[in-house]
Order: sequence, then structure tokens, then C-alpha cells
Amino acid sequence: MTIMSKRNVCVNVEYLTRVEGHGNIVVDVKNGELKTCQLQIVEAPRFFEGMLQGRSIFEAQHITCRICGICSCGHTLASIQAAEDAIGFTPSEQTIKLRKFLLHMENLDSHLLHIYLLVAPDLLGVKSFVPLIDTHNKVVRRALRMKKASNDVCDLLVGRHVHPISSIVGGFTKLPKEKDLDAMLNILYNMRPDMEATVELAATLKFPEFERDTEYVGLVSDDAEYPMLSGEVGSTDGVRMNKKDYKKITNEFVVPHSSAKHAKLSRDSYAVGALARFNLNAGKLHPKAKAVADAVGLKPKCINPYLNTAAQLVECVHSLEDSIQIMEDLKKNGINRDETVIVGLNEKGTIPVKPGNGVGAVEVPRGILFHNYEVDEKGIIQKANCVIPTNQNVNNIEHDMKKLVPEILDKSDEEITLALEMLVRAYDPCISCSAHFLDVKFVNL
Amino acid sequence: MGKPKVAFFDFACCEGCQLQVANMGKLLLDVLGAIDVVEFREVMSEKWDQDFDVAVVEGSITTPHAIERIKKIRERSKVLIAYGSCATIGGVNGMKNNFKLGDIRKEVYGKDAKFFETIETRSVPQVVKVDYLVHGCPVYIPEFVKVLKAALAGLPYDVPDYSVCVECKLNENVCLYQKGITCLGPITRAGCNSWCINNGNICYGCRGMVSNPNENGAIDVIKKYKIPMDLIKNKMNMYNKCRENDNHE
Repeated sequence: MTIMSKRNVCVNVEYLTRVEGHGNIVVDVKNGELKTCQLQIVEAPRFFEGMLQGRSIFEAQHITCRICGICSCGHTLASIQAAEDAIGFTPSEQTIKLRKFLLHMENLDSHLLHIYLLVAPDLLGVKSFVPLIDTHNKVVRRALRMKKASNDVCDLLVGRHVHPISSIVGGFTKLPKEKDLDAMLNILYNMRPDMEATVELAATLKFPEFERDTEYVGLVSDDAEYPMLSGEVGSTDGVRMNKKDYKKITNEFVVPHSSAKHAKLSRDSYAVGALARFNLNAGKLHPKAKAVADAVGLKPKCINPYLNTAAQLVECVHSLEDSIQIMEDLKKNGINRDETVIVGLNEKGTIPVKPGNGVGAVEVPRGILFHNYEVDEKGIIQKANCVIPTNQNVNNIEHDMKKLVPEILDKSDEEITLALEMLVRAYDPCISCSAHFLDVKFVNL
Repeated sequence: MGKPKVAFFDFACCEGCQLQVANMGKLLLDVLGAIDVVEFREVMSEKWDQDFDVAVVEGSITTPHAIERIKKIRERSKVLIAYGSCATIGGVNGMKNNFKLGDIRKEVYGKDAKFFETIETRSVPQVVKVDYLVHGCPVYIPEFVKVLKAALAGLPYDVPDYSVCVECKLNENVCLYQKGITCLGPITRAGCNSWCINNGNICYGCRGMVSNPNENGAIDVIKKYKIPMDLIKNKMNMYNKCRENDNHE
């Protein structure tokens, strides 16, 4: 053992920056031995599941999308799926297409924010995107332009990206007009050159080298589509289950040293997110996205967590191309405007309701998201439960940290801290979500 | 004189209003050209240890620690802007106040409930003095830019004190009550350009109530359309529950 590896390291990052929500990294190495290694969730609890009790299933998505501003479309879609499953409503094909399209826009928007504004500063050696305005002006402008483009499409489709308005249980309260379809397509076509430039830039970025074999979990299916909105839940260790059995997937447990509930399936921990989806379903990606994966050297099964960002880039290309296909298809076949729904709180009983228990399982930017509601005969929520991607990842992040720290003990404290921050950031954690859900248990801090 | 130092802070919220700022696109660069953003944790690692010309605060106050933190931010800020409904009126976090705190903590955290410090949700103006309010869930960017300009110029900004119906009529939407659907537009502050109704949904009251709602008119409408009172009450409580704190303080 070298002298360096006998050293003491004390990392205490309070309120980790450039992540969504509040989290701390605590690492303590004494005499070269790792004593503590935690990702603490310190977000203020918001009690959403409690607040849902006694409310109409028709306002569930309006409330739950407010758990998180970044993934509000994803929460909306998981919430709607669970609600429709609970009351026994089957959405139309057109509705499903539009929902898939919306999910692509959210994926694009969220991944772009993460790649450009949250991760790129680390790889370019600065503290945030602000100094990049001077040094990499074209890059910052492109990032903002692409983000705005996916936002503008959301504006046209659902009124806005943060807390979408028209996507509800039953379908859409407003369907896009012919000119909206053209406008959305135009924006997406115009995004293609920017996407090419993004891929070129990403190919020049150097990600840290680190590997740890783990289990990857996400939606899987038997058809040829890259599953985002439907399918069963599967893992790279060969698990396959119906979404109704989500609790057997997440197996949440409480550990005394951590502030968040942890999840595990076949091994000590598992990971969800873009890299998990890529590892499970890379063969189903759009050909252009496959080409990008080849170009950046991403192959399944990839076990370097830092490359989650690269998988996000591959997914960006997939989402752009697949959403163009969906929109071209809708334009060709025309939109059936008779499907516009006016629901409110279902005062008119537009949608028949029966008591039931429903589960939604949707691939949102950070991984698989579960919503589960139990409703009575009037559609009033009796019980609500949500398991969010970041909660599923926290345990995996800690296991990564435990393997990483001893491997980099020859580096300076600052370098170790940065490597850990970058590791946590690579998962694109959404800490608001993880605590806004009631899964977080402070056992003893 | 340098550019004004502006900092963004968040309390209990979804951070969607910050995201609205990031979603401004090129307009963001114009705004950044006029100000010096010194803290914005969600997108920046930089920290600032001096006073702020403007602090922009998102989120509700829900823990004793948050009370101390917002008081310190207030002391360090010449101007404080509360933005987003969680900050301005308590917003959806207020729904927590529908329950007895002990009950909801137990419901959610079971036997570990005692480890959770939580207090009744309060809006930012219920804890410290606020100079400007930007309502909305999320904020409406044109209004946010207007307020920021006013704050930087030292001019007042008055939130519209008429109902969403005024804007909704100008947008030529068919009244939802005529379709048998309840909507909080008649009692909710305008300023959002009737965003939700333009998109086929109802008004959920996210901007808070007008200061002088037409109660009798509202009761007439509720009676005329035979709408159950508990339905309206539940809807009112989605964003506006925290206003009850004002009554018993």
C-alpha cells in the first residue's frame, strides 16, 4: 500500500450545485479506509401522497406534475396512465401517439439541459455555463436555441412545458391545428443541424474512466419500438415483470446511514435512466441514434456511469427523429378533432368511473417512474404511491462512490470532490422529485 | 457602477419557475446582459458572500430552518422578489395544511415521522417583507420580465386586481360554466392571459384570489349550475389554502 492511499480524505459538499433539488455528498476516509460514503437527500419534504388523498382522480395529474418542474410532463403522463388504469379507461391511438410525442419533447428538453448546462461546464473546466457565454458563445446560443425549440413545441402541443395544460385523463383538452402541426415539424426539422453540431461537440468531450458492473432496469417489450410509454419492466439480469408488480422491482428498504429510501432488485443496487434504457434496448433505437452511439463508442452493456450523459445524447437523436416520424404520420392521416375532451372534474360524467387500483410506468428522462393510485367508485383517491427514478438510483450512486473513492485516493481533495460531484451529476439526479415524493425517510441524521 | 447583483434561491417547490427562466431562450442572454447573476444553485456552482441588489425567491416556507434562511436572505437583499405561487401564496404546498401535521407525517413516514421537522406551510410574504410578487404556477415569463425591469429601475409593479375572466373574454374563449364545468377564473387574479383556459383546461386559481372577489355573483353562478360546495372548496384549497394563515395571525 502506498503512502498516498493511507491518507485521510474528508469530502463534505453541502447543497450540491447544478442538480435539481438539494443534496449533500459526505465522504470520510481515515488512514486510507473508507468510513462514510453517502449521498444525503436534504430536500424539504412536501407530502404529495398525503395531499392527494380525498381528491378527484381527474385532478391528480395537475397536482403530481408539480412535484418537479423539469419532469412535469413525465409525471403528468405516469399519473394519467395510473389514473386511466385505475378507472378502466382506454385512451385512443391518436392520444397515445401524442403522448409519446410529448414524452420525446420532455426527454429532449431535459437531456439538453443536462448535457449543455449541467455537465459540459465540468468537462470544460468551469463552474457554470455563465463563463461559457464569453468563451463558447456559439455553444451556449445553440444550447439555448435547442432548449427553446423543444419548449416551443410543447407550447404548441400542451400550452407549456413546465406543468403542461392540455394533457389530461381521457386525452387532450386541445388538439393541434393543421398550422400547429406544420409549425412543430418546422421547429423539429430546424433542430437537425443543431443536433449534428451537438453530436460533434460531444465526440470531443472526455468522460472520466470508471466502471462498476450493476443491474440496469427499465421498460422492455417484444415489439420493435424503443419502449418509453408502454411495456413490461425488465432488467439486464433477466428479470421481467408486469408493471403492476412494481413493488417487487423496487424492493425499497431503509438504511440507517442514509436519508433516502434505497432500492435493489437482483443485486446490491440497480440503475435506471438513459444508460439503463440503452443497455436494455439499444437495438431498437432509430438508425441515426445507433450511428451516433457507434460514433461516440457507446456499446451495450456499458458499465461506466459517467457515460449516462453519452446515452442521453444518443436518446436526444432518437427522440428528435422518432418525434418527426410521429408528427409526419399525424399530418398525413390528419388529426381527429372529435377526440377533444372537456372534462374538468368530470362533473358531467363524461368519462365513466369504477373503483380500482392502477399503475403507471413511464420512462422519464432520469429513468422509470411509477405512479400508483387506488380510487373508490366516485374516482376519489384513497391511496397514492409514487416511486421516482432518483430514489431508485441513490443506492447505486452510493455503491459507485464506494468503488470510486479507493481508486482515486492518489488524487487531491479537490479532484476527488469534483470526481464525486461529476459522478452524482452524471445520473442527472432530480432531488426535488426524490423528496417531494414521500419515499424519503429520514431515519437518523 | 457595476451591473446589479442578482441571486436566485429556492425553498420547498418544484423548481419549475427557475426552469421557466432557463426556458427564456435568447431572451435569457439579454436579461443576463443587464444583470450579474451571482448565485443560482440549480445551474451554477458559483457562490457570493456579499449583499444582493435583488434576490429572487421561489418556494414555500415549510421548516424552521427555512424561516432562518429566508430571514438571512432578506437581511442581505435590497430588493426581494417572491416568484411563483409556492412563494407568493403558498401554492400547492398549502394543501398540507388541510391535514393535522401529526396525521400527515404519520401517514407518509410511518413510525419515522418524528424525524421529520415540518411546520404549517407559509408563503414568503407571511414570513418576511416582500417587495415584488410574481404569481403563477408556473410564472408567466412576460410578467416576470416586466417585474424584473421594474425592480431594476426601482419602479413599482402592480399585480392586476381583476379576474382572469377579463383576459379570458378578450381571448374569446367560451365560458366553461356554459359547458357545465366549474372554473376558478371568476375569483382569480389576472395576469396570465388566461393561459389554461386558452388551452382547453379550467382555471385552478394558481395566481391567488382577487382582493375583492364578487362573492354574491359567485354564489349565484354556483347555485345556477347546481355545483356542490365541497367541490368548489376543494378546488379553492389547491392553491389558496395558506391564505387562512393571514386570518389567525
